[in-house]
Amino acid sequence: MDILHDFGRYCKLLYQAIRSSTEIGTYYKNLFAEMIKTGYDSLPIVMLAGAFTGAVLTIQTAYQLVVSYIPLSTIGAIVVQSMVIELAAVISGLVLAGRVGARIATELGTMRVSEQIDAIESMGFNSVSFLVVPRVLASFFMFPVLYIAAATCGILGGLLAGIITGQVPMADFMKGGREYFFAWDIVFGLTKSIVFGFVITSVSCYKGYYATGGAEGVGKATTNAAVLSCIYVLLTDLLLAAILL
Amino acid sequence: MIEIKNLKKSFGSNLVWEDVNLDIHDGETLAIIGKSGCGKSVLMKHINALLTPDEGTVIVDGHDIFKLTYVDLRILRQRFGFLFQGAALFDSISAYENVAFPLRYFTKWKEDQIHKRVMECLDMVNLSNIGDKSTAELSGGMRKRVGLARAIVLEPDYLMYDEPTSGLDPETSDEINDLIIYMSESLKITSIVVTHDMHSVLRIADSAAFLDEQKLSWYGTIDELRISKHKRLLEFIKASEYQIG
Repeated sequence: MDILHDFGRYCKLLYQAIRSSTEIGTYYKNLFAEMIKTGYDSLPIVMLAGAFTGAVLTIQTAYQLVVSYIPLSTIGAIVVQSMVIELAAVISGLVLAGRVGARIATELGTMRVSEQIDAIESMGFNSVSFLVVPRVLASFFMFPVLYIAAATCGILGGLLAGIITGQVPMADFMKGGREYFFAWDIVFGLTKSIVFGFVITSVSCYKGYYATGGAEGVGKATTNAAVLSCIYVLLTDLLLAAILL
Repeated sequence: MIEIKNLKKSFGSNLVWEDVNLDIHDGETLAIIGKSGCGKSVLMKHINALLTPDEGTVIVDGHDIFKLTYVDLRILRQRFGFLFQGAALFDSISAYENVAFPLRYFTKWKEDQIHKRVMECLDMVNLSNIGDKSTAELSGGMRKRVGLARAIVLEPDYLMYDEPTSGLDPETSDEINDLIIYMSESLKITSIVVTHDMHSVLRIADSAAFLDEQKLSWYGTIDELRISKHKRLLEFIKASEYQIG
């Protein structure tokens, strides 16, 4: 029953957010601030995660493909495709579930338990439009940017790791990457990043918006937001792969 | 005028109160008194529909607030000022910006007009020198006064105070009480004060409503309260260590 109750309230919050998304005057100031907090401020960690994932992927793939008749360009193809189709979106999604999701749930949860959300409502504002819409909308604009940054850094990281360790020459890496590069892969990756962004921010907004019980309640909301965001990222990843590939 | 009719509220299986009927006349200062946890703040949050009742309704100037559309309700809420127990200041912006906040969204005033009105309100609560202090730098009494300045900035018809003197020393409590009297007498605002501080009640209120045993147990003017023989009310007054002279 609790799951149904939660799901019902989550859908209601989303419905309210969609209905109030036309109130641009209420949230446009917050939207820009949220885009900076969600996007710009998350760039370093996402780029770092992408670069290291790409580097490790190159080294491990080279280690596994020890057979002489498999050309070295295969490593480039594997790294580029893996980063574009899967790893850039999922790694950045998981990192952002912690970084962005926890921040949103803490912010809204603290506002809830300190009656700041009640204060917003009592002044005559639509609190959903003021707090939820800009956060979800910011993810729509910024998660694709973060995905592109993660994918680019992942590929560069993989390339550099190949060159520095001497396992894959630059020309082979580039050749493999180009040969198996399809534009659809990028569309797929971008779609995933948008869906992950929506899942992470909407779940975190929901957990924070309905937080109860003081500091302990905010802590619980934050933990739940981060954990659920990670689970939903993995579930939607599987679902999108099944539907779109 | 505010009419509370046959109001009933429960949280799950816990009945807060039922059959609450109360009229609050224009220009009056009503104190809602009762023990902690008796539902005083819950009752006040029904007056501007921050909470919805299980049964009954609240009529504000002829409008049944629970039958209003959300847009109309938000317009009506702009006629209410609300001082929350912990002041509910937005901690992401300065004290000055907290007061300016409603003006920035609900008026098309220029910056100098906003500044003039904010300073007027801060002056009324004796905080004209607050500058751009962050809310974290304010003492409990200052937070309440900034909250009060924010509550009156849109010149409301009704002002609601949730435990305005709780957690304050006697001197600061008296300053807040003086402000409530000033708001009521000078600005002709109808006030509803939730408190269990009998000293404040006798100083500031015209009438009092006593919530006890899950109902409105007693209601009358302050003069009637002084001579009341209501057993539970007398016990409450005695427990609050205040002798009515």
